Amino acid sequence: MPAIETFALEKQYKVGFWKKRPRQALEPLTLSVEEGEVFGYLGPNGAGKTTTLKLLMRLIFPSGGSGRILGKDLGDGSLKQQIGFLPEQPYFYDHLTARELLDYYAELSGVEAKERTHRVEAVLARVGLPDSANLQLRKFSKGMLQRVGIAQAIIHNPKLIFLDEPMSGLDPIGRREVRDLIQSLKEEGKTIFFSTHILSDAETLCDRVGVINKGKLRGIGVLADLAREVSGKVEILWEGAGARAGIEALGGRAQVSSGTSRVVLPEEKLNAAIDAIRAGNGKIVSISPVRVTLEEFFMEKLNSEGAEMEQEVAR
Amino acid sequence: MRNRIRAIAFNTFREAVRDRVLYNLVVFALLIVGSSLIFGQISIGVERLVLVNLGMTAISLFGIVIAIFIGIGLVSKEIEKKTLYTVLARPVHRWEFIVGKFGGLVGTLTVNAGFMAIGFFAALLYLTHRFEPADGYLLVALYFIVLEFVLITALALLFSTFSTPLMSAVFAFSLFVIGTFAEDLRGFASMSTGVTKIAMETVSRLVPNFAAFNVISQVAHSQAVPGRLIFYNTIYAIVYAAVCLAASVLIFERRDLK
Repeated sequence: MPAIETFALEKQYKVGFWKKRPRQALEPLTLSVEEGEVFGYLGPNGAGKTTTLKLLMRLIFPSGGSGRILGKDLGDGSLKQQIGFLPEQPYFYDHLTARELLDYYAELSGVEAKERTHRVEAVLARVGLPDSANLQLRKFSKGMLQRVGIAQAIIHNPKLIFLDEPMSGLDPIGRREVRDLIQSLKEEGKTIFFSTHILSDAETLCDRVGVINKGKLRGIGVLADLAREVSGKVEILWEGAGARAGIEALGGRAQVSSGTSRVVLPEEKLNAAIDAIRAGNGKIVSISPVRVTLEEFFMEKLNSEGAEMEQEVAR
Repeated sequence: MRNRIRAIAFNTFREAVRDRVLYNLVVFALLIVGSSLIFGQISIGVERLVLVNLGMTAISLFGIVIAIFIGIGLVSKEIEKKTLYTVLARPVHRWEFIVGKFGGLVGTLTVNAGFMAIGFFAALLYLTHRFEPADGYLLVALYFIVLEFVLITALALLFSTFSTPLMSAVFAFSLFVIGTFAEDLRGFASMSTGVTKIAMETVSRLVPNFAAFNVISQVAHSQAVPGRLIFYNTIYAIVYAAVCLAASVLIFERRDLK
């Protein structure tokens, strides 16, 4: 059973003071996230990531479509016992101490009183805040608040955790700790849906990613498959200057360094390139597929949709 | 369900208690009670009258100010600061949140009024040296003040569900002022004719009738408050607040938390 399913889920806002006009915050979104999966929801700021999360949390209501979480309709209040949510740039009741806040949220989530104390202490230790438990949140740094945010999202031991930009505002050590925490939650079998615009985090953590921009889902799948869609390129290294003209005839630009030439070509030109190197009496050093980083993939996706838009405008 | 409402109410109470602005208001209110004592002492022959009028009015006004001041932010502040997101992402119904917030603020105001009343009665005892049976009517006046808090909190909460804090404050305070003159509006309506009469009659019935809750002058003169008025005021406050809460829930249930 998928942990999250949406069917043409969309959100439109009416904007303007007198004459209301529609603004599409989220185009019809259909996606599915399996149980136990870490799903990265990627997109630049203002892409529609938070809108999607708010729709799933029922903080805003859809203009169309539907969704299911852990097999229950989004409107089913009982499903919220099974989910945890960390909003973007969380702000908590700063008159409370970390311990009081977590106790409050545990109570709201229906955790029994006798279990709460134990649960609160365990979660505080897990996010590395046992020494600050009795400090009011108004005295917390941004990084500490983010940890409290994660703590409140897992205090009731949910099956599915939604994290909106969990690493934003954190220093490299903090990011690494959050990353380790997400990894350990995954190892416990939790499903994690997290949005981010920090691509390296998604790259290290995600089983699958979805890329959203301007309210529309642009691509979804296993990162390696998606990268292949964009990439499909190989890097060839060889020795010998004779093959250079043949390679450049294939459209590649050879770079020479210390007698070794390098070129990156589309996969379909690999055989022709090998033939050209042999014909030029060159010696092949290595042939390797080019691994596209998520950042390159991301930019490629965004660029291609920019081109699509230009075409639409031209039409 | 009850646990969740209780938890939200207690958190609202705790937030208000830890808020320094609230302390300032309470201290200020106590100062007013103290100064009414001084005024009482220099008012030869009418010390009790002056003390009761000033002290009770201070308790009422400061309670109203606190009710509006906190009430207008009960929902809007939580949306603005996004604290609401982590609450509603849990198995908490939106109506439970509204009822919990309302209960928390009314509880806070009642406790505050209680503390101010202790100060007031201490001042009264200092001035008159002993309590009289007629002083029991002061408790009725205090009860009516708490009912006023219930009304104004419900109104402030209602405005808070759809408006900005500033506008909510303007609406709530305006209604408080108009409601204080509700009896005069009714009198004006009875003297008018045609459309004016209908309009005035409608407005005077719709606005909360705060005038009916003000028996301070009466109890200051040691006059009894009829049991019927206590009964009607209680029912009126409960029904009016319930309607405001129901409207708040209806609005809030449909609201997108952008």
